[in-house]
Amino acid sequence: MNVSRFLKNVILVELFVPVLLLTIGIYHGLMQVIYRAGVIHQASVAKLDYYQGLTLHGVINAIVLTTFFAVAFGHATIAFYLKREPNPKATMLSLVLMVTGTLMAAVAMLSGKASVLYTFYPPLKAHPAFYIGTAMLIVGSWVAYWDWAIIYVQWKKENRDSNTPLAVIGTLVNFTIWFVCTLAVAYEVLVLLVPWSLGWTTSVNVVLARTLFWFFGHALVYFWLLPSYIMFYTLLPKLAGGKLYSGTAGRIAFFLFLILSIPIGVHHQFGDPSIGRGIKLTQSVLTFGVAIPSFITAFTIAASLEHAARQRGGTGLYKWIWKLPFFRQDVYLFGYLINGLILFIFGGLTGLVNASYSLNNVVHNTAFIPGHFHLTVAGPVFLAILGMSIFLVSQLTGKKIFLPVINTIIPYLWTVGVLIFSTGLMWGGLMGEPRRTNMGLTYLNPASEQFHSYWVISSMLGLAGGGIMFIAGFLYFVVFFGTFFRKPSFAPTIDFPVSESLHPEKRIPLFDTFRPWLALMALIILITYIPAISDALNNTGRKAPPYLPSDPTPIVKKK
Amino acid sequence: MIDKFERNVIITAFCLSGLFIFSLLYAMGARKADVTECLPYDKSYETARVNQVDKSTYQIFYVARMWNFEPAIAYIPVGSEVDLFVTSLDVVHGFNIYNKNVNLMGVPGGVAKTTIRFDQPGVYKVVCHEFCGTGHQNMQAEIIVNFPKK
Repeated sequence: MNVSRFLKNVILVELFVPVLLLTIGIYHGLMQVIYRAGVIHQASVAKLDYYQGLTLHGVINAIVLTTFFAVAFGHATIAFYLKREPNPKATMLSLVLMVTGTLMAAVAMLSGKASVLYTFYPPLKAHPAFYIGTAMLIVGSWVAYWDWAIIYVQWKKENRDSNTPLAVIGTLVNFTIWFVCTLAVAYEVLVLLVPWSLGWTTSVNVVLARTLFWFFGHALVYFWLLPSYIMFYTLLPKLAGGKLYSGTAGRIAFFLFLILSIPIGVHHQFGDPSIGRGIKLTQSVLTFGVAIPSFITAFTIAASLEHAARQRGGTGLYKWIWKLPFFRQDVYLFGYLINGLILFIFGGLTGLVNASYSLNNVVHNTAFIPGHFHLTVAGPVFLAILGMSIFLVSQLTGKKIFLPVINTIIPYLWTVGVLIFSTGLMWGGLMGEPRRTNMGLTYLNPASEQFHSYWVISSMLGLAGGGIMFIAGFLYFVVFFGTFFRKPSFAPTIDFPVSESLHPEKRIPLFDTFRPWLALMALIILITYIPAISDALNNTGRKAPPYLPSDPTPIVKKK
Repeated sequence: MIDKFERNVIITAFCLSGLFIFSLLYAMGARKADVTECLPYDKSYETARVNQVDKSTYQIFYVARMWNFEPAIAYIPVGSEVDLFVTSLDVVHGFNIYNKNVNLMGVPGGVAKTTIRFDQPGVYKVVCHEFCGTGHQNMQAEIIVNFPKK
C-alpha cells in the first residue's frame, strides 16, 4: 500500500535516530567484554569510563532502540492493517518528545553525569536531564499509543463483525502493557527522583523506588518481545511459504501476555529486604503463567513452519526442516526471525531458572543474568529489529538492499556470537562471576590480590562471542546505512507479507475485545502489587540521601 | 473452535508449568531453600559485628558501604550454623558468597537475612554484585571457616 510522505518520513526518522545511537551502544558492548575478560586493566578507554559505557549500552540498546522501533513498527502495522494513517499532530508531538528526550538523556550520559546504569537505582544520583529525558521518551511513545487506540475504536465501530487483524491486537496489547507499566516508572522518576536529584527533597525510599522500577522493568521485556511475536505470527509462516497454523492461538497468547506481563516484577527482587516472602512466591508462580503464551507460540510457529516445509516438498520426521528458506536473499527476514526463535528456546528456559524463587539464589546478579537476557533481548528482539528496520527502510525509501548476501548471513553470524557469549557468561555466573563489574581491574587482573582464576575461561568465552557479535553488528550498520543512502529504484510502499490462517477460523468475540481482559489485568495487578508496595512503605527503616557514583559521602545541599 | 493439537499443547503447557511450580515448592520444603526473610528494620543493624549464640551457632551482622564490607574477614568454626544479616549505609550493594547460594541485596533502610551452614573448611569469598559506584569492583569480603583449628 502507499503511505503518505509524512508518515514515511516519521517512520524513517524513528529508525534512523536509534540506529545511529546504536553504534555507540554496540561499541560499548564490545568494550564490556574486553574489560571484563581482563584484556585491559583500566577504568576507562578514550575518556569513556566502564560504568558510563555500561549505562550507554543499556539505555541505548534496551530503552531507546526498542521504544523507537516499537513505535515505528506500530505506525507501519496500524496503517497497513487498518488502512488509516495516524493523526499528523499527535504523531509529530510523539516524535518530537521522543527525540528531544533521547538527546537530553544522551548528553547527560555522554558527559559522564549519569553513570548510574539503565536501572538507575537510587540512592545513586544522576543529572536531572537523564531522568527527565527518559521520561519524555516514554511519554512520547504514549502519545502514539493513544492515537492508535482512537483509530482502533473508530475502526471497530465501523467493522463490528469482522475480526481485528492479529497484528493490530498484538500492537495494542503491547502498548497497553507498556502504558500501564510505565505509569509506575513515571511516578518513580517524576515524583520521587527528579525533585530529589534537584535537591528539593532530601531523601528517597529505596525499596519503594526499586519496587516501582521492577513493576515496569519486567513488563518492559514483553514490550521488547511482542513486536517480534507479531512478526512470528503474521510474517514468518508466509515467508516460509505456508500459512499460520492457528490465529486463535495467537490471540490467546497476546491476551495472556496482557494480564500476566506486569504482576511478576517482584521476581527481580527475591534478594531484597523489606518485601515479604509470600508475595515473592506468588509472583514467582505467576511468572510460570506468563511462560504459557510462549510455549503456545513455540508450538504454533513450529507447526506453521512444518506445514510450509511440507508444501515445499519436505518429508520425514525432521528432514522437512531443510526445505525452509534459510539462506534465500529475497526472504532474508526469515533468517532474522528463525535465528531469533532458536535463541529464544534457550533464553526462555534460562528465564524460568531465574524466576524459580529460591533457585534464583544461585544466579541473581551474577553474569548468568546478562547471559540469559542476551538470549532474549539480543536474540528474538534484536534480530527482529535488525531485519525489520532494513525491510522498512528499503520499502519506505524505494531502495534495494545494499549487499544482500551479507544481509542474509548477518543473523547467523550474530546467533553464533550470542551462543558463545551467553555460554561464557552463564558458566561464569554459575561460578559466582558478578555482572556489571569492571573485572579487568581486580578479579581478572593477575596483579591484583583479588585475582580469581576460575573466571578466566568463562570471561574469555564471553570475549570471543562478543567479538563475533560486534562483527555482525558492524555488518548490519554497513547494510542499513548503505541501503539508506543509496539511490531509489522503485516506488515507496509498505507491503508486509501476510500469513493467512491454515484452518477457517470463526470470530470468537472474547478474543476480539479488550474490556474483560483489561478488567482482569487490573484485578491481578492490584492483588499482587498492593502487598509489595505496602511492604516497601511499611518495612523501610529510613530513607536515603543522594550519592554520586564517585563519592562515598552523600551530597549535602550547599547553602 | 480451536484445533485439536493446539488444545493439547495448551493443556501440556499448563501441566509443564504446574510441574515447575511443584518442583519449586518441593525445593522449599525438602531442601529448605528459601529467599531472604522480611524483618523490621532498626538502627542496631548498622553496627557490624559477629555474635556467638551458642557452641555452633553464630550471627554475622554485615554492614556494606562504598566500597567495603564490615566485617571484612569473619572467622567461623567448621560445622557451624550462621545467621547472616546484611544492610547498607549508603547505596544499594549486593552480597554473594561464592559456592554457597547466598544471594542478598544490601539496601539502605532494610535488612536481609538468611541462614547457612559451613561444613567444609575454607576461605569463602563474598563479592558485591550490584553496581555501587566507581569502586564497585574492589568490594569483597571473606569468611574463613577453620577456626578453632582441631
